[in-house]
Amino acid sequence: MRHILILGAGTAGTVMANRLSRRLRSQLRAGRINITVIDPDPTHLYQPGLLFIPFQESFRERITRDRAPTLDRDVRLVAAEIAAMDPDHDTVTLADGTVMSYDLCIVATGARLVPEETEGMMGPGWRESVHEFYSLEGAEKLGYALHCFVGGKLVINVVEMPIKCPVAPLEFAFLADAYFTNCGIRDKVEITYATPLDGAFTKPTAAQSLSYLLEQKGIRLETEFNTGRIETTSPAWETAATSTEPRPPAGELVSWDERRIPFDLLVTVPVHKGAAFIATAAGLGDAMDFVMVDPHTLQSQRKANIFALGDAANCPTSKAGSVAHFQAEVLEENIVRMLDGRALEPGFDGHANCFIETGHRKALLIDFNYDTEPLPGMFPYAWGPVPLLKESRLNHLGKLAFRHAYWNRLLPGRDFPGIEAQMKRSGKRMPAAVGS
Amino acid sequence: MSTLTAVARNAEGFLERVEDWDRELALEIAREAGIAELTDRHWLVVNYMRDTYIKTGTAPTIRTLGKESGVQVKELYALFPKGPAKLAAKIGGIPKPKGCI
Ligand SMILES: Cc1cc2nc3c(=O)[nH]c(=O)nc-3n(C[C@H](O)[C@H](O)[C@H](O)COP(=O)(O)OP(=O)(O)OC[C@H]3O[C@@H](n4cnc5c(N)ncnc54)[C@H](O)[C@@H]3O)c2cc1C
Repeated sequence: MRHILILGAGTAGTVMANRLSRRLRSQLRAGRINITVIDPDPTHLYQPGLLFIPFQESFRERITRDRAPTLDRDVRLVAAEIAAMDPDHDTVTLADGTVMSYDLCIVATGARLVPEETEGMMGPGWRESVHEFYSLEGAEKLGYALHCFVGGKLVINVVEMPIKCPVAPLEFAFLADAYFTNCGIRDKVEITYATPLDGAFTKPTAAQSLSYLLEQKGIRLETEFNTGRIETTSPAWETAATSTEPRPPAGELVSWDERRIPFDLLVTVPVHKGAAFIATAAGLGDAMDFVMVDPHTLQSQRKANIFALGDAANCPTSKAGSVAHFQAEVLEENIVRMLDGRALEPGFDGHANCFIETGHRKALLIDFNYDTEPLPGMFPYAWGPVPLLKESRLNHLGKLAFRHAYWNRLLPGRDFPGIEAQMKRSGKRMPAAVGS
Repeated sequence: MSTLTAVARNAEGFLERVEDWDRELALEIAREAGIAELTDRHWLVVNYMRDTYIKTGTAPTIRTLGKESGVQVKELYALFPKGPAKLAAKIGGIPKPKGCI
């Protein structure tokens, strides 16, 4: 009997388990192989839905489901947290001390938020004036804060790359602009977007075709802003409390080079890291505890019988659900090859495909990989071509329809007709030469 | 020995090919950016950036640099004024850190 262990049953772990279960069904039922998935959380969260929670456009019940039914019945689910991994002895240890051994291990424990890595983030302002929407609790609390916000300085900030769905904070800024416009108080809200990168859009073609968006929406941009700390109570605040001066800001975002951005409401994306057990398994993870893998085969650089996919892997592409889906297709093939003793297929090309909400029921679609930046053109979806890198209502509907597809096609590990693991060049307007 | 004019660079002055890089080029790029000499401290950062990029395909961020390279964040800004990660990447011959679009 050969044991395949999948660590984490989020997007990547679930797709992987279901695909392998289908592919290896006869061997599973004959008792020659078993597939076990480990995850302590009894509910599965549809994370792309988090973006809409603060604006009361979605709610908890709509974006969560019981985890067990999302997994094929030939897969065993163990509800426990992994405390340690020992690549030398092919074992993982659960929080209660149980040791489980494996022949093949697939790490899919995603990325976790580490707000405590930024000085002052979890100070007195945490979930009061300092918010995040990358967790369900955070998105709901931010919903209350937005609801009560009567005007002032709204700052949206990415502390550090990499983060999940790198465009989500920008989408948040666009949606906030639309939200306050609809509330009739847009003129009382100053929106600033602060990024450590040197632009909101950093790839040449996207920068060219999308930079109008920020200007059009009146969003101030602060680039190369590397957040050093957050100050939520400044001396100015105390003295001004007794004076008749206008209300001082709730806090300030301070960069390592001492630039300051005052805010009344801060929506930050905290530092992301891989699971803690990756940090303690020597040689497995990089400086941020993401598993170091071959970017094309997804095999760990530490040991041949360990693989990683989804947000947990350090592939230089976006941390996105679509990426996890494309990786799972490639990894399914490689796991089967590994079991058969054949050479791995370097089939993953970094393909990512994401809808980007721009507000007022419009969205953009981007499609790219390791070598090709997002380009304009048309994307051949199953239900008809949709425009790339251009705002349209159709793409907004696509983003909403994606939730349905997520539960019913993506998680069960079914293919999307017309969307393959490898990026297609057809339909894209390829520039003669772009320096990327 | 190669000189700056002989290698392909993009509009912002980053090398097009990682393998074109050598220490001589690094020094020329540094001078162009207003850093007259590359001290051991500069090299510590530049080498760490380059090694990490070649190993993982992405360059480390300022905070990681501050924790892992052996040079504190304050000093990073003194060594590479304005944008340490971007400037050290340029001098190290690796691409500019960038997002997905
Ligand atoms: C606000 C937001 C918007 C997004 N929008 C989009 C979008 O529009 N399109 C898109 O493609 N992607 C989007 N994403 C990204 C997408 O949700 C993730 O990339 C995707 O969920 C990654 O899947 P994963 O399985 O790697 O990680 P996850 O889905 O996060 O799963 C990780 C799992 O591992 C488990 N786990 C962690 N540690 C342990 C441990 N020690 N022991 C056992 N189990 C553990 C967790 O409980 C979890 O279930 C968005 C994300 C966010 C936060």
